[in-house]
Amino acid sequence: MAVTDVQAVRDITARPPGLGARKFKDSAFIVWGIIATIVGLGTLVTLVTDLAHDGGHRVTSAFFTSFPSSEPALAGILSAWVGSLLVIATTALFAIPIGIMAGIYLEEYAPKNPITSAIEIAVNNLAGVPSILFGLMAVGIFVQFLGNPNKWFGFLPEGVREAGAHLFGQSILTAGITLSLLILPVVIVATREAVRSVPREMRHGALAVGATKWQTTQHHVLPYALPGVVTGVIIGISRALGETAPLIMIGGLTFVAFLPITRPGDATFETIGMLDEYGAAVDPNATETVHITHDGVVVLPDFTERAVQAGQTLELPHGSSIQSTADWGDAIASWNPGHWLGQEFTVMPIQMFNWTSRPQAEFLELAAAAGIVLLAITLLMNGTAIYLRYRLRKSIKW
Amino acid sequence: MERDFTKKKVRWIERAMEGSLFLAAAAAIAVVLGIVYVVASESTKFFSHVSVIEFLTSTTWTPLFDNPQYGIAPLLTGTFMSTIVALAVAVPLGLLVAIYLSEFAGSRTRETIKPTLELLAAVPTVVYGYFALLFVTPVLQTWLRPFGIELPSFNLLSAGIVMGLMIIPYIASLSEDAMRAVPRAMREGSYAMGATRLETSFRVVVPAAVSGVVGAVILGMSRAIGETMIVMVAGGTQPQMVTTPTQGGATVTAFIAQVALGDLPFGTLEYNSIFAAGLALLVLTLMFNFVAFWLQRRYREAY
Repeated sequence: MAVTDVQAVRDITARPPGLGARKFKDSAFIVWGIIATIVGLGTLVTLVTDLAHDGGHRVTSAFFTSFPSSEPALAGILSAWVGSLLVIATTALFAIPIGIMAGIYLEEYAPKNPITSAIEIAVNNLAGVPSILFGLMAVGIFVQFLGNPNKWFGFLPEGVREAGAHLFGQSILTAGITLSLLILPVVIVATREAVRSVPREMRHGALAVGATKWQTTQHHVLPYALPGVVTGVIIGISRALGETAPLIMIGGLTFVAFLPITRPGDATFETIGMLDEYGAAVDPNATETVHITHDGVVVLPDFTERAVQAGQTLELPHGSSIQSTADWGDAIASWNPGHWLGQEFTVMPIQMFNWTSRPQAEFLELAAAAGIVLLAITLLMNGTAIYLRYRLRKSIKW
Repeated sequence: MERDFTKKKVRWIERAMEGSLFLAAAAAIAVVLGIVYVVASESTKFFSHVSVIEFLTSTTWTPLFDNPQYGIAPLLTGTFMSTIVALAVAVPLGLLVAIYLSEFAGSRTRETIKPTLELLAAVPTVVYGYFALLFVTPVLQTWLRPFGIELPSFNLLSAGIVMGLMIIPYIASLSEDAMRAVPRAMREGSYAMGATRLETSFRVVVPAAVSGVVGAVILGMSRAIGETMIVMVAGGTQPQMVTTPTQGGATVTAFIAQVALGDLPFGTLEYNSIFAAGLALLVLTLMFNFVAFWLQRRYREAY
């Protein structure tokens, strides 16, 4: 068989045609990649610079200790940051235990069955549901249903229904629960990842010496998963802190010049009996026995005033109000969650939104100042989370 | 006796713990059902007054007028326009960053840039709204004026651009994860054939990671669709049929929040209308979640 066409052996060290152009494109892409990265990072820098330029001079100590006001020079974020603090505390109270427990269940306990897949699908979908839909759900369930004593189970005594309905409605409790449901997927996913990364040998060791499943989880899995869990919790909480839309839905107020908790020296008002929406007694003839704890003034339903002393016990008609000045004891007592959970609220993002939607330049400065505070807190929290994650990856090598 | 008692106690704790852990996990299902139930039941009340046909075909949304019209189309055009602008910004930038970090940058660079970029997603959206309204819009107004375009102070262009910047980390981070999951051997095969890094990236790595990349883009998209504060602050709240991004207009989310901002008129048709809008939003996002899930299954390359 004659060889008809033998390709000449190529010199493999020769540069193929067009290599220069291809290499140039290769390096040029790096430039594009760096430009895209700079656009991203530049946005962050521009954002911070813009806020600092617009509102930096408004971030003073008075800004944190003043209520919002129609007079821009006097306005501050006192009610907003106290509100944010209380709402976030409530959020953490629900989101942290439920999220961690759900994560542990899915990773350590869940059998492979349809219920488990349903839970997993639910968690994945919750992560993609727009936050405003959580707000709609909260309006339907917590504000409209649980906030209305007549819609509670009829067999519960009226006092229980009243007290329960008082806690819900457009309240701090409603806001906290709503935000905790919103960040639940974040905490669950972080917990699952952290628990999964603990090597199986740790569990086997504990189980082999007779520990039960929960003892193994509690003493040998959770401690090692903790840093990862904390990272997820921080990221979740920082998201809840910046969230605005669902709280607007459930009626977060845009102008609040009172605090849900009391400070010594604040005027306090205590109304007696059930009042209708105009502030009049529901049953004008009803009375209540009241023990007066502070010197102050009682305003009767016919608006006559009467000075009272601490220690008196009076029979007062519904619709009266006792006005006095809070002392340290009252201030500390007001930290009782039962006191503030049912109160109306505002939070920092809502306050910032309110100032942003006003046309006057002074209010926009206030908005920028509130933005700086908000941005500083969230970036600090996320920075901490990132640092924790980094430390974790470096320190633990299984 | 003593031992028996401890055993019983331990067993009881086991049972109780497993039970409460299950209840916590089941809360996720309860929340999903809660959202679907509230939105569906309030929407049913809405649709008993307004026909589904009118809701889907009418091109005016004027629930507050004397002769109210309930067509979802204007709100949907607002949502889609801002989302398209956001994707036009975020997809090219996000993918460039992802390819650069995954294929070109060293591990030190990657470990620094990735978490820093993720801070973009952590900024509260109301702060972004401020930024869009009071920084991006004025800048765009100056830039566009020479071209004869007068940008109104509320417009979907700047809202969309800022939304795009916000979702860069979602797209970049998840795409980068997908690209890095492509086995090294595939790249080495390509390099051995004489391909450059760029050619390897576009012809080997990106095609192999396509399911993850598409999933990332759809996740970013569903973020943009559900975003409320940026479009509400910077995009305007006037529902109208939007045809160009330089217009202002209400999105589905902005409308819902706008109604809630006043005193919610419980039990009225207007109150129910925000749930109908919410239903449209829920269907839209669930649809995209499903498409992303399906695409990932359909085009997953198993190694």
